Amino acid sequence: MTTPLESRFQDAKPLYSESEARIEANRCLYCYDAPCVKACPVGIDIPGFIQQIASRNIRGAAKTILQVNPLGLSTSRVCPVEELCAGACVYHQHDSRPINIGRLQRYATEQALHWEMSSGKTLFTPEITGDRKVALIGAGPASISCAAYLAMAGVHPVIFEKDDKPGGLVTTGIAPYKLQSLDAVAEIEWLVRLGIEIRTGVTIGSDVTVDQLLTEYDALFVGTGLGKDTFPGIDGETETGVWGATELIRRIKADDHFQLPDDLNRVIIIGGGNTAIDIAHELALLGVPQVDIIYRRTVAEMPGYQHELVAARKSGVRMIEKAKPLSISRTSDGDLALNAEHTTSGEQIQFTADWIVMAIGQAKVAGRLIPQIETDNKGLVIVDPLTRRSSHPKIYAGGDCINGGKEVVNAVADGREAAFAMLKEFEKNGSRNG
Amino acid sequence: MADLSINMCGIESPNPFWLASGPPSNCGEQVMRAFDAGWGGAVWKTLGEPIVNVSSRLGSIDYEGNRMSGLNNIELITDRPLKTNFEEIYEVKKRYPKHAVVVSLMVNSREDWREIIQRSEDAGADGLELNFGCPHGMCERGMGSSVGQEPDVLSRITSWAKEFATVPVLIKLTPNVGDILVPGVAAVEGGADGLSLINTIKSIIGVDLEKLVPLPSVRDKSTNGGYCGPAVKPIALHMVGALARDPRINIPISGIGGIGNWRDAAEFIALGATSVQVCTAVMHYGYRIVEDMIDGLSNYLDDMNLSSVSDLVAKAIPHYTDWGNLDLNYKVIADIDAEKCIGCQLCYIACLDGAHQCIHTRQSPCSAFHGTSDHGMNPRIKVQTPVTHSQKSRVPEYVPFVDDAECVGCNLCHLVCPVPGCITMVDSSTGSESGSWNERLSKMEK
Ligand SMILES: Cc1cc2nc3c(=O)[nH]c(=O)nc-3n(C[C@H](O)[C@H](O)[C@H](O)COP(=O)(O)OP(=O)(O)OC[C@H]3O[C@@H](n4cnc5c(N)ncnc54)[C@H](O)[C@@H]3O)c2cc1C
Ligand SMILES: Cc1cc2nc3c(=O)[nH]c(=O)nc-3n(C[C@H](O)[C@H](O)[C@H](O)COP(=O)(O)O)c2cc1C
Ligand code: SF4
Ligand code: SF4
Ligand code: SF4
Repeated sequence: MTTPLESRFQDAKPLYSESEARIEANRCLYCYDAPCVKACPVGIDIPGFIQQIASRNIRGAAKTILQVNPLGLSTSRVCPVEELCAGACVYHQHDSRPINIGRLQRYATEQALHWEMSSGKTLFTPEITGDRKVALIGAGPASISCAAYLAMAGVHPVIFEKDDKPGGLVTTGIAPYKLQSLDAVAEIEWLVRLGIEIRTGVTIGSDVTVDQLLTEYDALFVGTGLGKDTFPGIDGETETGVWGATELIRRIKADDHFQLPDDLNRVIIIGGGNTAIDIAHELALLGVPQVDIIYRRTVAEMPGYQHELVAARKSGVRMIEKAKPLSISRTSDGDLALNAEHTTSGEQIQFTADWIVMAIGQAKVAGRLIPQIETDNKGLVIVDPLTRRSSHPKIYAGGDCINGGKEVVNAVADGREAAFAMLKEFEKNGSRNG
Repeated sequence: MADLSINMCGIESPNPFWLASGPPSNCGEQVMRAFDAGWGGAVWKTLGEPIVNVSSRLGSIDYEGNRMSGLNNIELITDRPLKTNFEEIYEVKKRYPKHAVVVSLMVNSREDWREIIQRSEDAGADGLELNFGCPHGMCERGMGSSVGQEPDVLSRITSWAKEFATVPVLIKLTPNVGDILVPGVAAVEGGADGLSLINTIKSIIGVDLEKLVPLPSVRDKSTNGGYCGPAVKPIALHMVGALARDPRINIPISGIGGIGNWRDAAEFIALGATSVQVCTAVMHYGYRIVEDMIDGLSNYLDDMNLSSVSDLVAKAIPHYTDWGNLDLNYKVIADIDAEKCIGCQLCYIACLDGAHQCIHTRQSPCSAFHGTSDHGMNPRIKVQTPVTHSQKSRVPEYVPFVDDAECVGCNLCHLVCPVPGCITMVDSSTGSESGSWNERLSKMEK
């Protein structure tokens, strides 16, 4: 059996050993009203769970994490902690290395998962399922999180996912040196035991309609994420060898038969966000000799994280600043050529490449799928910032479809808040049958 | 460079650092390696009637990731034949004539004491140390701490030893007593030449929570042991200081208990010790720790303009007094250096829950702030204008501040702050007049 290309990647931040975890846990100062907690989008009690690791109450640590973040394991591996919790750690002020919060979180949650698997016991006991049911569109982290809280409260969540695997971008988008599909799916299978039903291979809009869901279910959660890669609309962008970034990443992560051509020598990535940096870094690690990111502004202005760019550059990725793509053509040798313009001098430059990858954004799809709800001018679903309820009283939304593409942990926070709001609403309205 | 050599009641040593009687001074080969590493003397592992040891025999506590903050043992005296020990003592003394070899002894009858003292002196011992301190095992056989806890018995055996010995006799005291002066004075009365303390503190180091057997466990049982290591240092310091400042104790003291570096040693010496002895720290890190002890102590003496280590002995004793003599008019308050503060809020929560509710945060209104001093008795009911940070303040928001009028100067925040030099306790006494409780009492009596 062949495996996807991603299985060739090594973990950038491997699981801590017991001694590594203990030493790091004991470094934490156990701050009061800690800045790291405030910087965490789901508000994990970070000093709390780190103290639990230090006292060797690992299951307690996992519980502290998972009760506010059901995807505590995958987020520990994929969160940009440098920008979030660890970025706020007081050790920066102390002129020292911040606490490796992500790796401690992974240690606690992964140990707990192993404990559950080997002991057959569970950390959490959901309420007995009642007669309420909620439909969720998309099995990405937003829906999974929402479903986990609903299941815990005895509401039956049914997730509809058009893909054959659950997880959304956590399964098909995350850079393989952080998290690979098998682990992402394993975590979701673990959560499914709380009482979550996932129907894969079902596309809402064609297989089942939104109206059907609205009549059959007590509420609807929209966690559709974003759509296909967008293209800049320049000549030649449909040439073979021109890729959308998330599509290419999905092939690397989830396509058993996908291989890079042997003569793939130069790839140009267009974009300046984290997706551009990720695909560039992945291709460089897969051994493509020359990988260039072309961005229309300067490095300092890139929306992608500097720590990710630094890591990619260490792996050989080069940056070309201030170049604006004009068109794509073919050279006489049959290579692709990107014709670009220097944004300040106006000089015309041509870059040849075997592949060109567009990483300039993804389409907004939720509004078109569900005309019942209001969207903003960018196509993002408008929700109440506290409850994540849309303009339709029965429809809630969260994740990339409301924020345009942030982090997994933001999707988790949205799902959780939406679940709490639904539960409150259900309680207000009493039992469905009575 | 300061002179580190000492003369402890006639026992000469190139420096004040001695191995305490225990596993590090178990045999001749070890003691010679210790002398090579720099130790000035060694108190040999206690000799007496042959015994059999148990396994395991050590337990320890770790504190926040630090191993062996406190060590506990249920080991007895030497488990090697007396003849072998004496041969090795002889060999060590022959090869290291300038180093101090003190032989620790523990036997029962007067005749036994006579014989073992004779054999020790024949082997070349520079001094003897009578072990009246071991609080486990041996005390069940009427020796060790069971002697140290009975002043009359202690005094009697001391006088026997003085009768038989020609070399100095040190008495090693147990801390497992109500008042250390009682055995201390008894030893002086028996004619002792010097005191050594502390031996270990009776303790149970922990419980194996899976097997529910105390630690260290011997198959499925355990017994109380003796506690030592860094955790016991404050107890030992007090006992050494209490003896050193008592006029009845006119003999030198060898300080023991939790010493691991030159600072610990200097503290013991300043509180009255002439030599210091080390066991746990050597068991933890090996003989090599003495290098920095020698170097550090010598640098320190130079910095203090003291030309010899004997000039440091008891230098802190005049500053050790009764509580009743402390100045009640002296007042310090906490001061936070905003430049150094990292914003951990540990001082805030410590003062709020564990002290006097007088550190406040700029980040959120603080219910315990009153502006007037009712010590937060009723914070929820009587919330006054909340303190928030002023718009004009250039101090970062995360830096807490001290309500000077409320601070009682307890020192807690200073102790919890992880940043060196960030919180200081500043003298804020008004007026220079001093007044202690005893002074107030005597004024009232007049
Ligand atoms: C390349 C890339 C790398 C990333 N790296 C990181 C990272 O390292 N760390 C991090 O925190 N975040 C990262 N992110 C962002 C993160 O993956 C997303 O923010 C997060 O997955 C959003 O979750 P979601 O649940 O909103 O949507 P998604 O994860 O996109 O899931 C949406 C799901 O809905 C399904 N769906 C859509 N429409 C329908 C329909 N009509 N019917 C049925 N199912 C439907 C989709 O198939 C998909 O499975 C990355 C994103 C990308 C693109
Ligand atoms: C500042 C302080 C004051 C204390 N005051 C008292 C007291 O008034 N009465 C008392 O019985 N114990 C007092 N104790 C002793 C504690 O009750 C406790 O026995 C001791 O601190 C050991 O416990 P711990 O080290 O585990 O905290 C005090 C301890 C501290 C630190
Ligand atoms: S800020 Fe850093 S040191 Fe403080 S609690 Fe958080 S992780 Fe620990
Ligand atoms: S010295 Fe004591 S009372 Fe004063 S601020 Fe610090 S903790 Fe509070
Ligand atoms: S304990 Fe020290 S570093 Fe922490 S907030 Fe207080 S003053 Fe600042």
